[in-house]
Amino acid sequence: MNASAWGLLLSSFLASAVETVEAFTIVLAVGITRDWKSTLLGVLAALGVLAALVALLGPGLVAIPINVLRLVVGALLLVFGLQWLRKAILRASGYKAMHDEVAIFAREAAEARENPPADPSAFDQYAFSLSFKGVFLEGLEVVFVVLTFGAIHGNIPLAALGAAIAVGLVVIVGLAVRAPLSKVPENTVKFTVGIMLTSFGIFWGAEGAGVTWPGNDAALLAIVVVTALGALASAAAMKREREHGLAVAA
Amino acid sequence: MNAIKSFAAFLYDFIVGDDWRMSLAVVLGLAATALAVHSGFNPWWLVPLFVAGGLGISLRRVVRKNGGS
Repeated sequence: MNASAWGLLLSSFLASAVETVEAFTIVLAVGITRDWKSTLLGVLAALGVLAALVALLGPGLVAIPINVLRLVVGALLLVFGLQWLRKAILRASGYKAMHDEVAIFAREAAEARENPPADPSAFDQYAFSLSFKGVFLEGLEVVFVVLTFGAIHGNIPLAALGAAIAVGLVVIVGLAVRAPLSKVPENTVKFTVGIMLTSFGIFWGAEGAGVTWPGNDAALLAIVVVTALGALASAAAMKREREHGLAVAA
Repeated sequence: MNAIKSFAAFLYDFIVGDDWRMSLAVVLGLAATALAVHSGFNPWWLVPLFVAGGLGISLRRVVRKNGGS
């Protein structure tokens, strides 16, 4: 397997792992406080819809001419990656609260307890809907990464494998500890994924627009390094500025 | 009609997210690059420049909103 394939596998693994952790928190909160059967049916239904999306859109994406695909996928990865990177920088610098799985678990569980089912033995529509929505919305981001990265590498199965390993790993660890996976360094992973998506987006978007990169494929590594250094420097500068502002205010 | 509106709002939020200025920077950067390539140039630096500018402006707005300079 070459470096590009490892990059594909790693990006899809990291993006999927962090989204699965978020979905797992919702499912666990709903399952514990409501009804496991209805909750798991919601999970299965969402996974079925997501798998159908990959199966439907995947072959069509691979058939698009490579330059058009690079431009479209590059643009999508850029707008998507910049969202991840922006949020990660804001969290790292203190302008946005860190993602707290324990707090999210407590909130979801409290909401689920507020409206108990009239008949505990019947199908719980609330639990089904909440777990379906949680898994589908978080999973949609995974599907996006798997399809775009996979299509441009011409290897959707490898991207799907990275996602499947991540989902399997998070579920196994989650079931073993039976608690929200609050120790996963979500912001660091999101920072990394944001850098990867943005860098690949810059590389493929510009190539799709007709640019020839100096050094060809080696330029990608330089883009990753420059993007990472720029993002880390921005986060550090904003953190300093925020702390200075707080000190002046106090 | 409500379902279409909700789906459009969901798509906007999913793709564009919190700040449309970053998406605009991406579209402008790619369009400017394609135009320059069509005119015989190889502006490989143009997309990174627009991306850095878009992200920088977006972050600066958050800092200003929170009382920064």
